[in-house]
Amino acid sequence: MPQYAALIYESGDPDWSVLDTPEKQATMAEYGAFGAAASAVMRGGAALYPTSTGTTVQLEGGKGGKVVTSDGPFAETSEVLTGFYQFECADLDEAIAWAARIPAAWSGKVEVRPIIDFGADAS
Amino acid sequence: MELAEDAVQDAAVKALESWQCNGVPPEPRAWLTVVARNRALDLVRRESRRADKEAAAEALLDPTVPLPAPEVVDDDLLRLIFTCCHPTLGVEAQTALALRTLCGLTTAEVARALLVPEATMAKRLTRARRKIAVAKIPYRVPTVDELPDRLISVLATVYLLFNEGYNASVGDDLIRSDLTAEAIRLSRFLYDLLPHEPGTSGLLALLLLQESRHGARLDDCGDIVLLADQDRTKWDRAAIWEGMCLLGVALRRTPTRPDLYATQAAIAACHVLSPTWGETNWEAVLSWYDVLLAINDTPAVRLNRAVAVAEVHGPQAGLHALEAVGSLGDASRVEAVRGDLLFQAGKLPEAATAYRAALARPGNRARHRYIEKRIADCVARC
Repeated sequence: MPQYAALIYESGDPDWSVLDTPEKQATMAEYGAFGAAASAVMRGGAALYPTSTGTTVQLEGGKGGKVVTSDGPFAETSEVLTGFYQFECADLDEAIAWAARIPAAWSGKVEVRPIIDFGADAS
Repeated sequence: MELAEDAVQDAAVKALESWQCNGVPPEPRAWLTVVARNRALDLVRRESRRADKEAAAEALLDPTVPLPAPEVVDDDLLRLIFTCCHPTLGVEAQTALALRTLCGLTTAEVARALLVPEATMAKRLTRARRKIAVAKIPYRVPTVDELPDRLISVLATVYLLFNEGYNASVGDDLIRSDLTAEAIRLSRFLYDLLPHEPGTSGLLALLLLQESRHGARLDDCGDIVLLADQDRTKWDRAAIWEGMCLLGVALRRTPTRPDLYATQAAIAACHVLSPTWGETNWEAVLSWYDVLLAINDTPAVRLNRAVAVAEVHGPQAGLHALEAVGSLGDASRVEAVRGDLLFQAGKLPEAATAYRAALARPGNRARHRYIEKRIADCVARC
């Protein structure tokens, strides 16, 4: 069965490591409920620290070149990647149905992308 | 035989080559045969003036060639339609896939039909097929719960296809019969396959009633003939009759809340049933527009409604209604309608200004020629 990444995008670069407001606690409870509901299709996932803790890595001059790092995410956008899930579903319709139940689908956006299976025909 | 082979090739085999690995229909040959057969008949009809092709046509029509069981065909074709018009594909990809896979046009033909370079179209089709394959867009008929929503996107694709042919937004010709014919054929498929879904009868009714005026919409030079000036004896009576029957079906099916397409078909019916322009029942037209506005409030509907308002309550009221149209993708049309209404109101210099504003926007060349004529009229009468 194909696997999908549900990439979670939110605005405001939230810090999910600190549940310092009732809203955040409520949202986290929603994520807990979603995780339990989706356990049959769930193959992985993670929440990420804010983009301010991120580092962009690049090799100057191509492969073997000097490692250059810069603070923060690669692209400056209003909505940032804050986490992801990995699902195994029968088809895109099913993956979308699950993605639509992720709390970020109503407070942010979720992008569903098929995951390449290098073990099979990657076509 | 060569003809039949070409048709099979054209119709679907190539289209399905790179179809998703797992989703290949269990009975693909069954419907491929039917699609290919229809396609071959089309090819033959296109060349029917050549006598040597007639024998080939007869052979293809041979009733001794068994057709696959209809329920198998229906199911596979339906699944294909719903895959091509899956809402996770872009609208442009949906129309391209519909023409390529459902209508059996070659990539070059699809490119010509949608007025994009062949390389661009090839890329667009490849991208769409790849998404179908790797993201695994399902190859199935939606469940009963999903069907109404999913059908909306299918009907919208077919309607878009028709509209692009009926009123080409770009290019030299106002009418692109290749597109309208394909859209009507798809619409007929959908009605045959899903006759009980509201929407399928409404859409087919609408397309037939619009298309019935086809023979009268352009003069010998390819210039627009306004509905008011059309030779109504050139309208296609058979299409009107069929469209009216279908409209009856569609309206009976949704008595309290008419479907989007049935409502538009009702407006078209008001026109095609009127023996002359002067006898048009504009009150009926306007009240159908009010229904349409309640179902689907868009700038395009408001624009057309403003024209009906002008017919019922005078050009000044029409101009007032025009103020509430909002921004329309085809800004040229708004200005052209404003010009028409100002012209009717006798405000010729203002009309000429509006027409010139319409000309300044990109639009269809046949439509622009019409506007140039109107400007000349304004100038002559000033």
